[in-house]
Amino acid sequence: MSAITGEQAISTQRSGLAGRISDFFWKHPHVFLAVMLAPPLLWLGIIYLGSLLALLLQSFFSIDDYSGLVNYEFTLATYGQLLNETNLDIIIRTVCMAAIVTLFSALIAFPIAYYAARYARGKWKALFYLGVMLPLWSSYLVKIYAWKLILAKEGILTWLLTKLNLLWLLDAWLSLPVIGGNSLSVSYTGTFIVFVYVWMPFMILPIQASLERVPVNLIEASSDLGSTPQQTFRHVLFPLALPGIVAGSIFTFSLTLGDYIIPQIIGSSRLFIGQAVYAQQGTAGNIPLAAAFTVVPIVIMGLYLWAARRMGAFDAL
Amino acid sequence: MATAVELQNVVKSYGNLQVIHGVNLTIDPGEFTVFVGPSGCGKSTLLRMIAGLEAISDGDLLIDGERMNAVTPSERGIAMVFQSYALYPHMSVYKNLAFGLETARLPRAEIAKRVLRAAEILQIEPLLNRKPKQLSGGQRQRVAIGRAIVREPKIFLFDEPLSNLDAELRVQMRVEIAKLQQRLGNTTIYVTHDQVEAMTMADKIVVLRDGRIEQVGAPLDLYNHPRNLFVAGFIGSPKMNFLQISAAEIEVDADATGSAAGRRPDIPMTLGIRPEHITIDPNTGAALGPLKVVLVESLGGQTVVYATAANGQTITVVLDGQVAVGETLEAFFDPAKAHLFAADGNVMTGARLPHIIKLV
Ligand SMILES: Nc1ncnc2c1ncn2[C@@H]1O[C@H](COP(=O)(O)OP(=O)(O)O)[C@@H](O)[C@H]1O
Ligand SMILES: [Mg+2]
Repeated sequence: MSAITGEQAISTQRSGLAGRISDFFWKHPHVFLAVMLAPPLLWLGIIYLGSLLALLLQSFFSIDDYSGLVNYEFTLATYGQLLNETNLDIIIRTVCMAAIVTLFSALIAFPIAYYAARYARGKWKALFYLGVMLPLWSSYLVKIYAWKLILAKEGILTWLLTKLNLLWLLDAWLSLPVIGGNSLSVSYTGTFIVFVYVWMPFMILPIQASLERVPVNLIEASSDLGSTPQQTFRHVLFPLALPGIVAGSIFTFSLTLGDYIIPQIIGSSRLFIGQAVYAQQGTAGNIPLAAAFTVVPIVIMGLYLWAARRMGAFDAL
Repeated sequence: MATAVELQNVVKSYGNLQVIHGVNLTIDPGEFTVFVGPSGCGKSTLLRMIAGLEAISDGDLLIDGERMNAVTPSERGIAMVFQSYALYPHMSVYKNLAFGLETARLPRAEIAKRVLRAAEILQIEPLLNRKPKQLSGGQRQRVAIGRAIVREPKIFLFDEPLSNLDAELRVQMRVEIAKLQQRLGNTTIYVTHDQVEAMTMADKIVVLRDGRIEQVGAPLDLYNHPRNLFVAGFIGSPKMNFLQISAAEIEVDADATGSAAGRRPDIPMTLGIRPEHITIDPNTGAALGPLKVVLVESLGGQTVVYATAANGQTITVVLDGQVAVGETLEAFFDPAKAHLFAADGNVMTGARLPHIIKLV
């Protein structure tokens, strides 16, 4: 009896269901946390990781060549198929494209991000954000078709180069093996340009954020310690911006690895991983091979992150 | 041989905004100079101009007689310790210390020798392989100082190096920096807003306000002979009491200096008395009248008393022994230790106070 009155002296019981639930959570914060976190965790666990595992599982099945049905028995045959010449070609092509796109995105994005982080103020900063974000607001397909028109043989780029008497330059470029072609819109160069354009914001913004977080006095201390601007860049600014560059490259690299629309519309007709997945799970109906193809970018990204970590890309975090 | 620094009419403007208004200052070789003043008075700006991190808008900076305005920071022979340490988060302590030597392309063995010596001086040898984020505030501060030491600069510059530390560590580091400077003998310029730091560390204090020098002098010089109300109020703790008294009561010598000449009997003057110079000993000089004790801070041996004078003004008194709230004290002071300021705020010498002070 006395225990009950004691308890009531501390927490006056609220009436009503809502009040009692609220009291319960107040007294049991762990339960509250669990209730709050359960839905998103379940979503992440089941919908996201679950489907990823299902995908992984699919890749260890094979397809019966005669019936075209999936044979639900564990086998590495599909992976063997993945590594045959045609498919390996697709993988190498895609990875090279992703690597080059990432490299050039970083090279172009860094100065822009640097300017925005260190020098742009007020109005110019707003303009920078607008300029970087604006392309993200328009439809992806519209942008790609716009580029198709720009890069086409009768397009504005050819016209401009003709006016500038530089058409020979374009022709020389297009006559190069592998990266050349009939026109930019049907060459790897065209695919590359559009990839770089479309993913650029994903590279600029993380680099800009990381540069913005570098305290000014670290730069000042460096010049006080006798560094030339080049040394400051190499030993201070670049290492501190590296997590941002890695974050940006994760975007550009993985987005290029997975994209199947840009190479479809712009470029030579040779397949990229995304297109291969699309074809295998659609017309060819080879779900296991499609699954095996999708495992490739996951593995590559895993290796990439591991290597970046080993090289100390995240030391400054 | 240590290095001399000279500022001649140094001005700093940011666009149309002038923040340093023509500073003239000579710092002698080997001197520990402290720039002190309230926040925003331009201490950092002045220091950064000496360091070369901020362009000098007008006037000249001379180091050992050579004009340095256009010389890059690295060639001025200075090393700066920043308030927030500015250690490189991606480098180990060793790398941080070695950084300034590696950029100068010193031989590896020489770098190691200097780094280890600095580490020994600062007792941070066990920390050399750690990253800055694994260090405490005091340890980071040592590394930052070590980074300056290894370069064997002619001049050390410190910008509020202790303000991120807790009180106890601050006192300890204060002593260490002062000892270090004595040991190395470098000319040192140290910026702080804390007058206690200035008083305890400096050979020479430069009091700044709003981009102008208010007074330059040795710590006790400033304490004993403040030139104006600002310096008098800024140096010393607890703060000097400022009492309004009638100018008519004050006799002025014929050879009086300062603002004495412009004195007008109808404008009240300010009498400055340090709390520690007020006593309850009736044999001492002039009488201040009864003070009613309203608040007491007992420090054990000493007591800081906040009391109200007859005219309602609050007066701080530091007394030996103990006092209770509500008591009334008959207060006295030694006129030789009091300061008289004219209406324009400047000190007045050669004035004689009456035996009993009437506050207005
Ligand atoms: N980059 C700047 N642009 C404009 N005004 C500045 C700049 N840096 C400092 N100031 C101004 O100069 C004055 C002195 O600043 P500072 O030297 O940092 O003061 P302190 O170090 O004494 O606190 C301040 O009024 C400050 O607002
Ligand atoms: Mg400052």
